[in-house]
Amino acid sequence: MSILIKGGKIIDSGEVKADVLIDNGRIVRVGDIPESEATTVINAAGKLVMPGLVDMHCHLREPGFEHKETIDTGSRAAIYGGYTSIACMPNTNPVIDNAAIARYVSMRGKEADGARVYPIGCITKGQKGEELAEMGKMKDAGIVAVSDDGKPVMNSRVMRNALEYAKTFNLLVIDHTEDANISGDGVVNEGVNATIAGLRGISRAAEEIGIARDIVLAETLDARVHIAHVSTAGSVELIREAKARGVKVTCETCPHYFSATDEEILSYNTNAKINPPLREQSDCDAVIEGIKDGTIDVIATDHAPHSADEKNREFDLAPFGTVGFETALSLAYTYLVDSGEIDMPALVELMSHTPARLLGLPVVHIKAGMMADVIVFDPDASRTVRAAELHGKGKNCLFDGWMLKGRVEHTIVGGDLKF
Amino acid sequence: MMLRKKDLLGLKDLTKEEIEDILDNTAAMKEAFVSGETLDSLKGKCVATLFYENSTRTKNSFETAARFLGARTLSISVATSSVQKGESLIDTGRTLDALMTDIIVIRHSMAGTPALLAKNVRSSVINGGDGMNEHPTQSLLDLFTMREKFGTIKGLKVVMVGDIKHSRVARSNLWALGKLGAETTVVAPQTLLPKGVEELGCEVSYDLESAVAGANVVMGLRIQLERQKAGLFPSISEYGDEFGITRDKLVACPDALIMHPGPVNRGIEITSEITDGANSVINEQVTNGVAVRMAVMDMLMSDAV
Repeated sequence: MSILIKGGKIIDSGEVKADVLIDNGRIVRVGDIPESEATTVINAAGKLVMPGLVDMHCHLREPGFEHKETIDTGSRAAIYGGYTSIACMPNTNPVIDNAAIARYVSMRGKEADGARVYPIGCITKGQKGEELAEMGKMKDAGIVAVSDDGKPVMNSRVMRNALEYAKTFNLLVIDHTEDANISGDGVVNEGVNATIAGLRGISRAAEEIGIARDIVLAETLDARVHIAHVSTAGSVELIREAKARGVKVTCETCPHYFSATDEEILSYNTNAKINPPLREQSDCDAVIEGIKDGTIDVIATDHAPHSADEKNREFDLAPFGTVGFETALSLAYTYLVDSGEIDMPALVELMSHTPARLLGLPVVHIKAGMMADVIVFDPDASRTVRAAELHGKGKNCLFDGWMLKGRVEHTIVGGDLKF
Repeated sequence: MMLRKKDLLGLKDLTKEEIEDILDNTAAMKEAFVSGETLDSLKGKCVATLFYENSTRTKNSFETAARFLGARTLSISVATSSVQKGESLIDTGRTLDALMTDIIVIRHSMAGTPALLAKNVRSSVINGGDGMNEHPTQSLLDLFTMREKFGTIKGLKVVMVGDIKHSRVARSNLWALGKLGAETTVVAPQTLLPKGVEELGCEVSYDLESAVAGANVVMGLRIQLERQKAGLFPSISEYGDEFGITRDKLVACPDALIMHPGPVNRGIEITSEITDGANSVINEQVTNGVAVRMAVMDMLMSDAV
């Protein structure tokens, strides 16, 4: 089956109007192409044709928590958000800390009818932060990075060894930075809104101390480190300074850290309970500034599905996280592009090219010969997010009821029109 | 008089007028209560107390108030109920609904829990204290006590000293006193102050002796001994020296009313001399607590008819 995307504007390193012909899993031609050349024609007049998005941070919950999400449901939800490749975190049950589990997740990913799925392995056995996991064997089994996400590697000696050892295999180490002694049993950002709601706060210092430590280690060892879900102005500044000195540090943020603040917790909405917590407007502004000046390399979702019962309970007891696949691109478009902060090619860099490069995955450009992971996005459509209508199992969506601009119209993975 | 609300979750959501209506109604209820005259405005109704945290005075106060208004009471003791079998809060609430309960009074160690319950049950929910968030009926009884003594809340200078950070009483009082036009000052070591508390409209001081100058009311808050173990202050002895309410520290306000939500750690947050002194209204607060809870339940139920 061949697909012709007709009349759209191609967003890649630049913007240009052209038709795209896809056949046999590849982009075969870009230019002025008559409709007769394809079996399926997509009318993309007024729409944007872009490389498929790559999410380097999501939770698919399988094995162990299939009531929240499965690799299949997650990978299918991802395509409705424009994602063609997703890398899933290893905090499953059992955790992905050995080659057998990594291979299982890879295999289940290949069976799934959605985005391509790549497992991330643990940094330490059992995510306990003590002994290194078998990174070499897991890499052979298909992992694209290592992370103890959800938990910080608190012991600095262990982190030092992890950064050095991972270098051996050219594996990216993704760190969830959090000084657990400071965050303690906090559930929301420490600040006036925590005080108003009477909820226990998590100081920005918890995240920033972890980042500062990682920067020092990366600099000392001349090793790469990638900081997960940056949420504070101080974190952005630490990373900006480190990059200026030439430290090999990269980082990601998530849409909720530039579109939402801790005012969301005042109603005890457990979908606003996220780790790191939603911060204040000044932090959102700093995150946007970091995106604009290149301090922040990637926008990831941190898609964190949970069941309705798990979220509909006491705020302190509800698990952290919001789902994110199906809202990320609209949020980024609304808060970054439509508002004039960055242009579409920059967004493609943040949500497709850079994460692919960091994970060692193919970087897709809309040109002949490339793997046909392509999406069609309508920037003029507006949508009201309805959690109940999301495609994943977890409906715990912070953005339920939000009006957003831009909608994914089609997602093509390896030449297959998924929707 | 009625309250146009299904639930009483906190004072931050009430208007000045709503708070004043409750205080007005409390005056009538107190008259009945102290004269031993039972009322029937809750006749045929059922009030359940659902306490996930220990409490003597609040629970007994609500139950006394409910019976004085002619209601049946149902006391769910969490230690022996199906909560121990893992029943969720929402399911427990729905069970109470099915038992034809009209009011559920809930106390819980976690903030926001009464709001969660209220969203999921038909019964009216009254917050009997939730984590560090609010304890609205305690604050209302404090306000009523102040109004009884001074005639008005407006313009009063109220000093609260102690563990402001973890105190739901302090939060409810900050909301309500602000709405009614009192000036409030909170006094505590910085580790026991919540971030941004000054944005709630109070003064902040670290020195009790100077903070009480000209105060009409000095309110002590209970200090929990586990805060010392958490490293928030070095010792009970130092806490008492620096922040305990003593005669020496009250020189600048010899006539100030002394209040405390109880139970009192005598000799730590407040000396026995002051607790039992002429200016102390700590026991009157307990009596007023019943009246205020009668008023709240009466008003929530007259709305429901």
